[in-house]
Amino acid sequence: MNSALLLDSLPAVAAGFGVTMLMWLPGLSLAALLGLTLALGRQYGGRAMDAVLALLLGAVRGTPFLVQLFLLYYGGPFIGLTLDPAEAGLLGLAIYGGAYFAEIMRGGFLAVPRGHVEAAVMAGLSPAQTLRRILLPEMALLILPAGVNMAVVLMKETAVLSIITVPELTMVITGIGSSTFAFTEAAFLLAVTYWVLTEATGAAGRAMERRIATVRLA
Amino acid sequence: MTAPALRMQGVGKSFGAHRVLDGITLDARQGEVTCLIGPSGSGKSTLLRCMAFLEQHDTGWIEVLGQPLGFAPGPSGQRLRLPTAEVARVRRGIGMVFQQFNLWPHMTALGNVMEALRLVLRLPRAEAEARARANLARVDLANRAGHYPAQLSGGQQQRVAIARALALAPKIMLFDEPTSSLDPELTGEVLRVMRRLAEDGMTMVVVTHEIGFAAQVAQHLVFLEEGRIALDGTPAEVFRRPWPPRLAGFLEGYLDRGAALLAD
Repeated sequence: MNSALLLDSLPAVAAGFGVTMLMWLPGLSLAALLGLTLALGRQYGGRAMDAVLALLLGAVRGTPFLVQLFLLYYGGPFIGLTLDPAEAGLLGLAIYGGAYFAEIMRGGFLAVPRGHVEAAVMAGLSPAQTLRRILLPEMALLILPAGVNMAVVLMKETAVLSIITVPELTMVITGIGSSTFAFTEAAFLLAVTYWVLTEATGAAGRAMERRIATVRLA
Repeated sequence: MTAPALRMQGVGKSFGAHRVLDGITLDARQGEVTCLIGPSGSGKSTLLRCMAFLEQHDTGWIEVLGQPLGFAPGPSGQRLRLPTAEVARVRRGIGMVFQQFNLWPHMTALGNVMEALRLVLRLPRAEAEARARANLARVDLANRAGHYPAQLSGGQQQRVAIARALALAPKIMLFDEPTSSLDPELTGEVLRVMRRLAEDGMTMVVVTHEIGFAAQVAQHLVFLEEGRIALDGTPAEVFRRPWPPRLAGFLEGYLDRGAALLAD
């Protein structure tokens, strides 16, 4: 890709990057929220709900994201769920990420020492207070590394949204690649961009871990 | 003799087929230190946890400050499970200190002590903080208020845990092997705080392997074995020679380690 071409395509690439971020960060937030809801549902919703959710989560985790996206985008209308590409992409990321977050957070809740909850009981905290003040923050600290990892995974999965014509980075850059026949350069640029984003996410995660280092032990 | 602060009658508890507690009848009297000693697996920690209803006894009755804990006799003598709110209310008379400290790691020492003052007693922030600081001072940790548990030694963590329990002004303090995860030096600082608490007249029930502490501080000593009370009396009575074979077997381990205190 020569420099003139690069300059010409810069606005389009920037727009693609923006869409990628708009899919990724809200998708990540929704996934974490959905994951938390599912994890709580499995833990406190009784045996039947636990079994049903385990089955559903297994199905989501046992199928490729691409296939889920097809089902959502092309299959949705058959059950009255007509979504535009961005909506389908966001919902898809939330469901896919949520399934993983649910398992990560469930493990996090289970890893909080029982004694910390007993101390809360003895201090007179209600179950809701114990959840909000003890279990949630301790779980969040425990899952931070796995959570950062999930953030990176979801960021890279946004590339799949190009398949359902979400105009994100991959779609924009591969588009430029095909119109200029500079496929290799386009792919290279794409890889570097995702890699830089991954490194930035990792650095942010490490910074957070350093900040809570005083809290990690004990 | 003073009134019992905590009274157990025929308390039994099984884990599966294993009978951990078998018909325990025991009073912890007001203002006294009751120490529970015995070999590992004798049921002493389970007994203490029953006193806090962290374990539910499956037979017998427990009364805390005159009120039934967990179960009460129904009209025809059957066991009625009391509502959770009622259990929580009776539990308010009890403070508990755990072997593993169980401080909340994401809160400072001050935060740990303030938490229930704010959330449960609903004190205004300034008042809660003053009370929390006063209780940290009581365990000689006024200067560690801003430290997180991970920044404190085991002995300091345990003293924060004691302050956390004391801040809620319990009438009875339960200690579940409070020094078992500490080295001897740190054990000393925790035992000093407990001794001071005893001198102040706190009613205490202590599960401990610190036989010296039990011999010197307790007014009431209970030797448990296989879920039953084998010996029950003042330390002088329990340790009176000749020792019954089981007590002798238990104490020999301590004498081996140089607990000369007991060699009357």
